Amino acid sequence: MILGTGDLIMMIFFAILIIIALCVTFVQDLLYVVIIFGVYSLIMALLWLHLNSPDLAITEAAAGIGVTTLMITLIRRTVRREN
Amino acid sequence: MLDFVLKSVVTVLIPFIQMFGLYVIFHGALSPGGSFAGGMILGLGFIALNVVFGLEKGQEKFSDEMAGFLVSLGPIWYGSIGLVGILRGANFLVNKDSGLPMGEPGTLISGGMISLITLGIGIKVASTIVTLFNALTEEE
Repeated sequence: MILGTGDLIMMIFFAILIIIALCVTFVQDLLYVVIIFGVYSLIMALLWLHLNSPDLAITEAAAGIGVTTLMITLIRRTVRREN
Repeated sequence: MLDFVLKSVVTVLIPFIQMFGLYVIFHGALSPGGSFAGGMILGLGFIALNVVFGLEKGQEKFSDEMAGFLVSLGPIWYGSIGLVGILRGANFLVNKDSGLPMGEPGTLISGGMISLITLGIGIKVASTIVTLFNALTEEE
């Protein structure tokens, strides 16, 4: 099996995606989790673009980076977490 | 100082964000995007205004009453456009027989009623997101 350049890019993206998902689970501070989750959405948008679906890429960029980050930040401000 | 930079950048950026949202909405039939993504970008412009300039300034530009009105206006607009087909003697939401100009393929006026329908959904999505944001912020 011969890997092309596109497959290599996709493998790198998937590796970054797995690392980010693990980071979201293990990082304690919720603000860092929100920021890392924004990076997850960005990588996912690039991945959708690479898979020839720019429609989903635009929606992922708008919904993931904008709305999810804003909403989680707001919820984090209103909810106090007990240690 | 940070406040000054934020306010200047957002003041310059907001018209372009809104324009890009309207562009994505109206070109939904031709290019990637569509009413959901475009409406979300349009709503994020108002949310940026609310975040940086405070809720009072945001309420001046896009009040809660206005948002509630637009949330209802979007589906009503969608249904009214659909009823045009029935008034012309064809089915509900029919495109070509409703008499709207079909235009040339590949240009902006090419989908008949699709651009008008996506405008309704975009208004609905944008006002819903702003309403959600305001509801979450006023909780404290």
